[in-house]
Amino acid sequence: MTLRVNDLKVYYQTLRGDVHALDGVSFDLADGEIMGLAGESGCGKTTLGKSLIRLDNRMRHIDGTVELDGEKLPISDDDAMNRYRYHEISLIPQYAMSALNPTRKIGRMINELLKARGVKPATIADELRRRLELVGLDPEVLDRFPIELSGGMKQRVVMVMSTLLDPSLLIADEATSALDVSTQRSVVESMVEFRDRGFIKSMIFVTHDISLVYQMADTVMVMYAGRVAEKAPAATIINDPQHPYTKMLIGALPEVGSTTDEGRLEGIPGTPPGLLNPPTGCRFKARCPIASEECSETPPLVEIEPGHWAACWKTGR
Amino acid sequence: MLELSHVHKVYRVGAFGGAKLRAVRDVNLVVEPGEVVSLIGESGSGKSTIGKMVLGLTKPSQGSITFEGKDVTSLRGFGEKKEYYRYVQGVFQDPFSSFNPIFKADRVFELIRSSYFPGVADADWRKKVLDVMDTVRLDPDNVLNKYPHQLSGGQLQRLLIARALLLDIRLLVADEIISMLDASTRIDVLNLLADLKERGLGILFVTHDLSLGNYVSDRSVILHKGAIAEMGPTKRVFDNPLHPYSRHLLSCVPQLHRTWAEVDAELAADPPEDVELPVVAEGDDSAPLVEAEQGHFVGIDQS
Amino acid sequence: MTNVSGAPGAADSGTAPEPVAERKVSETLHFARRNPKLLIGLSIVLGFLVLGLVGPLFIDHDPNEYVGPQTQSPNGEYWFGTTTFGQDVWAQFVYGVRSTFIIGFLGGGIAFILGTTVGFVAGYKGGIIDEILNMITNVVLVLPALVVLIVAVAYLDVKGLFVQGLFIGLTSWPWAARAVRSQALTLANRDYVDLARLSGRRTWRIITSEMAPNMSSYLVMSFILMFGGAVLIAAGLDFIGLGPSNGVSLGMMLESAMQWSALQLGMWWWFLPPGAGITAIVGSMYILNVGLDEVFNPKLREL
Repeated sequence: MTLRVNDLKVYYQTLRGDVHALDGVSFDLADGEIMGLAGESGCGKTTLGKSLIRLDNRMRHIDGTVELDGEKLPISDDDAMNRYRYHEISLIPQYAMSALNPTRKIGRMINELLKARGVKPATIADELRRRLELVGLDPEVLDRFPIELSGGMKQRVVMVMSTLLDPSLLIADEATSALDVSTQRSVVESMVEFRDRGFIKSMIFVTHDISLVYQMADTVMVMYAGRVAEKAPAATIINDPQHPYTKMLIGALPEVGSTTDEGRLEGIPGTPPGLLNPPTGCRFKARCPIASEECSETPPLVEIEPGHWAACWKTGR
Repeated sequence: MLELSHVHKVYRVGAFGGAKLRAVRDVNLVVEPGEVVSLIGESGSGKSTIGKMVLGLTKPSQGSITFEGKDVTSLRGFGEKKEYYRYVQGVFQDPFSSFNPIFKADRVFELIRSSYFPGVADADWRKKVLDVMDTVRLDPDNVLNKYPHQLSGGQLQRLLIARALLLDIRLLVADEIISMLDASTRIDVLNLLADLKERGLGILFVTHDLSLGNYVSDRSVILHKGAIAEMGPTKRVFDNPLHPYSRHLLSCVPQLHRTWAEVDAELAADPPEDVELPVVAEGDDSAPLVEAEQGHFVGIDQS
Repeated sequence: MTNVSGAPGAADSGTAPEPVAERKVSETLHFARRNPKLLIGLSIVLGFLVLGLVGPLFIDHDPNEYVGPQTQSPNGEYWFGTTTFGQDVWAQFVYGVRSTFIIGFLGGGIAFILGTTVGFVAGYKGGIIDEILNMITNVVLVLPALVVLIVAVAYLDVKGLFVQGLFIGLTSWPWAARAVRSQALTLANRDYVDLARLSGRRTWRIITSEMAPNMSSYLVMSFILMFGGAVLIAAGLDFIGLGPSNGVSLGMMLESAMQWSALQLGMWWWFLPPGAGITAIVGSMYILNVGLDEVFNPKLREL
């Protein structure tokens, strides 16, 4: 078991009160598993990704534990987490390279990063070149400046950079969302290859695009309003979802080639609840077509069949 | 109704405007009433520039854009433009930046009223507003009198469509209007466009997303580096892509029920027949189209 | 600018129920009345303004007249004491406040109007108009303004406050023009500005009702800078004998206090009032500006 998250609660502190961004999230991530983390904006998926590596100063760890390879992570202690960052857990943010110093060459940037983490760049230089070639980049990019690279090349460099020390867990937060479809495909395929070669043990791929997740993930976890709605193997989520939210979400996606002539798809009426004062019970009940009285109690996340978890009173019984 | 003929757009970039950036190259296309035409392309394909030119927000460097027989690029003065906007309106990508943050969201209606309907009585105007709100399926109690940041992206985009419907519009330019919306509300906005189409509106739907591009559109135009790579009835373009660039795009787009590996395997098992692509000489900046089958055109290869 | 969270005024108004269906003006007032920064800044500025307007009416002698005993510290008869020559410091102060406001409003106002007009037109129109206006701005910017002022004022026969204000205004606008232009450039590309164009709005309406309100605090800020700058330039001119030959200003008071060694002689009542006056007027305008920002920006209200 690479990662075990148990009842994790992380709130954002604002002047008007706590925003319950993560409210009791539990899941396991197996060795070698690529998990797609999907959901609409504000569902807590980015917060979850951040919580596993670095809480920013407005986020507060309320409850719950995170274990990585059997070791409990001190996620609320910024300094203690330093030991794990980059070595054990790495992150690819959405606009990684745009935030970096444009006056530094890529190679120098990587060396500085390694030194800061207590690794001698020389010991790893050959591996770095090998991996750049693996993702289809000429090692010459090390002598270039970030602005000389295209968006896809940058994201590939960041990917190589952040996995150089073979971390257990890689979190990719919308890492390919800003890319064009053709570049997106090759970057995503490189990520899968890194897992296959064992450079990373497992990966959480945060995205709003469920059809992209289906291309590369082993499992998909769907979040709604700060909680897990459903987690299952990717094919099950797409072809046989059980949670009403997942069903409606998948049903709202037009397929390539489908048109309105063949019948209209339907969206989900209403909007997600505010998380400042979240509703009691099931958080989807206001928009759910099959909600009933029992939904005023919070449904637990239960395993309805092996490897398929859902948090809904209407499933698994 | 709308016709673009040999439209080019060249930007001068760099110090002293020395370098040239060709954003749009020799584009010809037509939008008929009651028709949705999708302009599909990746970043830098010139799709948004075409939208802006149709809306008169920027001028083409060459070529003509005509709307109902009148040349749009030569609209002189404020009055002619204003008349044009009575029939042609746009909705943009980012709903939050389309609203002036310091005013209430429904002020966009007031702008239309003061420009185009100064003489309408309050009661009549209110009826008109409620009418268009009903068309875009917005609950007036939920959205009127609110600030933009109090509303969701989907609500804001529908407000903007409602605003355009206050006028007697015949053409709507929808520039990436759903790319910033969540999956669960996207489809509602797309269905709304389909409703408008049935009312006889022509829609130019600009998008980077192939699966959304085909859902509402009758005809699709795939742009590559400013020029048309392929254009034809949506069904034909997606079922039988003829241009290598369109094929490449379609093989890369993540599909809901088919993995990339499956798509590749299908392509390998049943390779598409090749068509003759038009060629242009070096230095010739035209981009001719060849009609490969009825109404289905392919353009030059720029890869 | 958007990070003024934790402001007491903003926190208060967040809990206040939002007035429904009221006019925008009364709503702004609603928040303005609850903003302590705005209220404090405004009352100090208004206090000085009233002092400058009304104060001189109660003084029956010329402020520069030698009316009392020399070098008196503040007392019942001479509230702010007297100068080395027996001039009434209080009388000089209230007259000085008046002329400070006059020169600030006149010089700062002319500079502000010229600067914002040039800045908005350049930033919004862009292209060749922008380049021409930019060139003029830069030429005026590099003119040694003080030298021009000295030469011009020296050759003119009339040396009143108004001439001084006019010249200050004509030479100090480029800073405002540049600041406003850079802001206008970014605002001109916002979607809501495009949308206003599509709503059939004239250029000046777009500038005044879409762009200007969005940078109102910026404009107030630059007016404050222009105001303060005008006051200081006037003081400099006064010092070299090019000031209004028959008037009095806070700047002139400060300079003559320095000239007659008030600091060394411990005559604090001579230099403290004019110094504190300038600081209080300009400083309270700054606080006023922060308050205005919170009132005009609905995002800051709700935090």
